[in-house]
Amino acid sequence: MTHAAPIVEVRDVAVDLAGHPVLWDIDFTVTPGQFVGIIGPNGAGKTTLLRVLLGLVAPQRGTVRVFGRAPSQLGRGAHQIGYVPQRPEFDPRFPVSVRDVVMMGRACCLGLFRFPRREDWQKVDASIRQVGLAGFESRRIGELSGGEQQRAFLARALCSETRLLLLDEATTGLDLPAEHELYALLQRLRRDFDLTIIAVSHDLLELGAHADELMCINGTTHIHGNPQTVLHSHQLREAYRCEFDFLSDEWRESTEHPR
Amino acid sequence: MTDVLSYGFMQRALVAGILVGLLCGVLGFFVVLKRLSFIGVGISHSAFGGIAIGVLLGVEPLIAAAAFSTLVAWAIGWLSRKGHLHEDTAIGILFSSAMALGVALISLSNAYQVDLFGYLFGNILAVSPRDLVMLAAIAFLVLGAVAMMFKELLFIAFDEEVARANGLPVTPLYFLLLTGLALTVVAAIRVVGLILVEALLVIPAAIGYQLAQGYRGMLCMSAASAVLSAVVGLFVSYYFNVAAGATIVLVLTLLFFLALAAARNRRRSAVNPMVVSQRARALP
Repeated sequence: MTHAAPIVEVRDVAVDLAGHPVLWDIDFTVTPGQFVGIIGPNGAGKTTLLRVLLGLVAPQRGTVRVFGRAPSQLGRGAHQIGYVPQRPEFDPRFPVSVRDVVMMGRACCLGLFRFPRREDWQKVDASIRQVGLAGFESRRIGELSGGEQQRAFLARALCSETRLLLLDEATTGLDLPAEHELYALLQRLRRDFDLTIIAVSHDLLELGAHADELMCINGTTHIHGNPQTVLHSHQLREAYRCEFDFLSDEWRESTEHPR
Repeated sequence: MTDVLSYGFMQRALVAGILVGLLCGVLGFFVVLKRLSFIGVGISHSAFGGIAIGVLLGVEPLIAAAAFSTLVAWAIGWLSRKGHLHEDTAIGILFSSAMALGVALISLSNAYQVDLFGYLFGNILAVSPRDLVMLAAIAFLVLGAVAMMFKELLFIAFDEEVARANGLPVTPLYFLLLTGLALTVVAAIRVVGLILVEALLVIPAAIGYQLAQGYRGMLCMSAASAVLSAVVGLFVSYYFNVAAGATIVLVLTLLFFLALAAARNRRRSAVNPMVVSQRARALP
């Protein structure tokens, strides 16, 4: 059991959007190096929860601390959050290369009125190598496949020297091999850079196979624990209002041993 | 040609054309990539209200237009950002109201002797030394601000949500861009007029978008085609005695169709890069 100070601390958070309660009684902590998966049905408030952590939505009640500070007061560099959104909708002909996109991740570290220097470009190239996109630096981002684009966005997040990655359904639209590769890459980056990861996904099995903890929410937290505990049909039935017959005993046995 | 340039009005027109071309080419880059072209139309048409206020109050019409257009640009941004209205609805309401205000004020002031045609369609040959100073000041301010915040503006144009999540001051930068757009529109009124200014904002960047592979190339082509059309349009209009603003826009339109044809040819002859590309190496 770790006693490190939590990187993310959410206490009794409630969020209303347009007068409707979206989240309530949300309480959890994430310690350094953890991989936490957030699951739940559509409209459960998963993306809103990530937006609260990013400081894009202010909760009506409760406190949120990321790196010990309110999200809106986060600093740059190591205290910045790396964010990989669900397949972003961008113009595929937007004239930027992979290198240009990854450099965008340095924008906050550099600050206003400052131009990228050689060290910044070196960090960009290193991030591109780390996600396995070496050789793709000059390619236009819109020419890449979905999986390659998500790796480029992951490199953009890494380039900010973050220690905390938030992923919002980052595997949506990817085929199974690309999805599997992305999770394998996340595990490697987590190990190499001591990253803490919070990922929202609808893919219960893939997320369950990689995360240390799963949190199932539908407005509020239904169950929070290790994947073997959470991924039971009777645990998820209430949140999803349907049966999960595919969560078989065989699958749980196959994932019982930590990776 | 040297004879023509011995005239002071032609020298001023040439400098004004180059400055406005540079300004519109650079701002147009963001207008096209951030899809702000309808906002550009709204801002340029609303400048008429500012000109009328200037005429009525006895203030330099272009200075009044700069202040009024900036206010309208901010109002469009505020209404659409706060989610009160869709952006196109806000633009539709504000630009037609501002034009209506301009017509009403002009009719109240009985100021029909003012060169309204010059404001609507431009009169580059009438650029005064004072206009040139104002134009140079706007160009210095706007191009300087864009250069200093280029990486942030590019990030916002590409992915506003992630830029905000990464801690960039997206809303202030957006309003700064709108302000730059309003000032650019006012600077271009003397050259092409407020009816045609949208062409200078959109067409050069569209030419760059067709031809360039990267954003640096697009930016350079956008600025170069805007400057080229301003210079060529100026001389063509002088020798053939046609309206300069309209000639500049027609030269740009010709350049755009040439760029479109060149881009189509290139796409046809190119091998699909997705097919021959090296795929990402398998992960260890």
